[in-house]
Amino acid sequence: MEPSNDSLRIDRRTALKWVLAASAALQLPAGVSLAQSTAKNVSGYGKDPNLLKIHQIGELWPLTLNEHQRTTATVLSDLIIPEDQGSPAASKVGVVDFIDEWISAPYPNNQNDKPVVVQGLAWLDQEAQRRFKNSFSALVEKELVAICDDLSAAKPAAQFEQAAKFFARYRSLTAGGYYTTPVGMKDLRYVGNVAMTTFDGPPVEVLKKLGLT
Amino acid sequence: MPLIDSAGLKKEYDVIVVGSGAAGGQTAYTLTLDGAKVLMLEAGRNYVPEVETPMFNTPDQAPLRGTSTPDKEFGFYDATVDGGWQIPGEPYSSASTDADKTFWWWRARMLGGRTNHWGRISLRNGPYDFKPKTRDGLGFDWPISYDDVAPYYDKVEMLIGVYGDNNGLENTPDSPAGCLLPAPKPRAGEALIQKHAKKTGVPVIAVHRAVLTQQLDFKRNAALLHPGNPRAQQIVADAMRSRAPCFWATECGRGCSIKANYQSTTVHLPPAMATGNLDILPNAMVREVEMGKNGRATGVVFIDKTTGKEVRAKARIIVLAASACESVRILLNSKSAQFPQGLANSSGKVGKYLMDTVGASVTGQIPALEDLPAHNEDGAGGEHVYSPWWLYKEQLAGKLDFARGYHIEIGAGRGMPSFGSTAGLANFVGGYGKKLRQDMRRYYGSFISLVCRGEMIPNEDSYCEIDPQKKDQYGIPTLRFHWKWSEHEKRQALHSHQTFSAIIQNMGGRVTSKQDLLPGGFIIHEVGGAIMGSDAKSSVVNQWGQSWDVKNLFITDGAPFPSNADKNPTLTIMALAWRSADYMLSALKRKEL
Repeated sequence: MEPSNDSLRIDRRTALKWVLAASAALQLPAGVSLAQSTAKNVSGYGKDPNLLKIHQIGELWPLTLNEHQRTTATVLSDLIIPEDQGSPAASKVGVVDFIDEWISAPYPNNQNDKPVVVQGLAWLDQEAQRRFKNSFSALVEKELVAICDDLSAAKPAAQFEQAAKFFARYRSLTAGGYYTTPVGMKDLRYVGNVAMTTFDGPPVEVLKKLGLT
Repeated sequence: MPLIDSAGLKKEYDVIVVGSGAAGGQTAYTLTLDGAKVLMLEAGRNYVPEVETPMFNTPDQAPLRGTSTPDKEFGFYDATVDGGWQIPGEPYSSASTDADKTFWWWRARMLGGRTNHWGRISLRNGPYDFKPKTRDGLGFDWPISYDDVAPYYDKVEMLIGVYGDNNGLENTPDSPAGCLLPAPKPRAGEALIQKHAKKTGVPVIAVHRAVLTQQLDFKRNAALLHPGNPRAQQIVADAMRSRAPCFWATECGRGCSIKANYQSTTVHLPPAMATGNLDILPNAMVREVEMGKNGRATGVVFIDKTTGKEVRAKARIIVLAASACESVRILLNSKSAQFPQGLANSSGKVGKYLMDTVGASVTGQIPALEDLPAHNEDGAGGEHVYSPWWLYKEQLAGKLDFARGYHIEIGAGRGMPSFGSTAGLANFVGGYGKKLRQDMRRYYGSFISLVCRGEMIPNEDSYCEIDPQKKDQYGIPTLRFHWKWSEHEKRQALHSHQTFSAIIQNMGGRVTSKQDLLPGGFIIHEVGGAIMGSDAKSSVVNQWGQSWDVKNLFITDGAPFPSNADKNPTLTIMALAWRSADYMLSALKRKEL
């Protein structure tokens, strides 16, 4: 769990937990230096990308998901983040495209997520066939909920252990993809990223609520 | 900024400055405004914050929602280009594969170096921090005291613009009137921490950060900074007037196109260029300092990265300001018959006593911060408050099991949702569907982070040397690092965890994650490697950053630090660079150099 960690404001360095995790996980042969081994050839966007360009998904590396997989992913994403109070469902703001971009990227984290997502989507279809004799995307809401409740249970049953891990990862990708869009930020009631003439601190109603007046 | 290439090099300069960050920027600024002709060599490319900074870009406009990758380790929108802990073609090595004993070397190959992305936290070392050995018998004293550096802290604060307050706390110096800009009000979460930390005896006060909360008093400051030099006053006043105050949006780590925060590229280099006394040559990877027959340095050899060719530049004074480890590397690679162990290394101390900052943290979820009414907490693009070390007396009385202090960097607020924060929050709240959406709204903004930034004591086991087997893509031998934390640092990190957990519990919250002591180099406060001292046997440079062995060779980055207080080193690097440059100027005028 690292809810506040990726914000530069809060602590940029803890955002790098994964770097540490990667170093801890490295099984280095004797005599090989850490620095050398982590400098693997990665053909991503490089060390000096254009930071101002508005990036289009699919232009940096080829995408992974086929039409059927995308249909399954759309149903799952929209189950995790459905339309609510006039705020659109996940797939409507490009979350499935984002997940496809994510699992297709050449970086180690993304490469680790790729089999998790691809196999997880396939498992959903197998499970849908097993329980309801249908593909996942063709299930009715009650059937979808039956499967997802099993996967999101606080303590999933032993036979769902792997699938539950996929579900948790897919949920975090969906949420991370959704809440970083203008629509998602608005839903969280984030109202910054606008130029102001002054910073006056929290409004009185906030201070009152916190007992700070 | 109009820069030169190798063909534009003049025959000789007064001073060559290697590096363009906090140290190089300040050194060149001070020298050129007083008339010295300076060549600045930067290993990376030109970088222009005014047109390259992604100010209001949102994560969905970036690849992978802007999250960290091995290419952009602090996220896509971080200002650093061509830098990071790993740079293709520029390897380094660790002597140990044990993660606890590795050192991670951050470099920023770009004009302005790491000042483009740094946290802008600008704390003064206090009187104790210059005499740590006198106080507890460990490490080394500096050959100078707080009083020697204080006037330079004043100058740097007036030049770059630092917000903060004066609180009169122990070893946490106040600035004289007219140095600091007004501190912004605490955010809601920061104010709540302030209230509850008090109960555990931890003071929470305005932090000092290099961000303009209002325009600098350009006439007054320029006059105070450059008395008797009307041309310098005019140039500096114009440069200050061109900087807009903060508009309370966008994170400082992206850099700042309106020049509201300090980065060398927007604050130090423009006035230095305006004097006409500065040539900046980018893409110049310095390999070594060359010596003449008289025991003086004559110039440097660098690889022009645009052509791959070896080029020489000459000057009366050579200043290394390439960052602590890179300056050490240049010295160790400058071997000659006179200096077989590397230049300026008759003491054998070059590369020794490398230090970083102790980094550890705890995050917590605070129910009181849930579901707060929407309000804009972007603020000054970084923290507004922090806790200076508060247990000096207890430590001196032997009541703690570690020798040096830490300060607390505080994170709270309704910052722009990032991929990491929202992906993590989704798994924190669990479930799916409308309930998940409701919980995301409830918990967003309810987390705080308390971060330890502590002093590391120099030790014999933390150093760097030339790796006998490796060269980088320019054919320059590379560094190999040795690292070891002592029990002091480990216990300090544990103490911080206990303190942070207590504060979070006092707030009615619960701890959600803990980060143990991070590996060396992770906080990017590396200093030491060419420490200053009072004699040529035990140190590499004197109090002016001047080599004991080679009189016209200076180091003005963090390498001369003989201790690394918990205070972030950048402000002290700039103050000492200004002081060194003043010394060079008077020596030049006296024709000593």
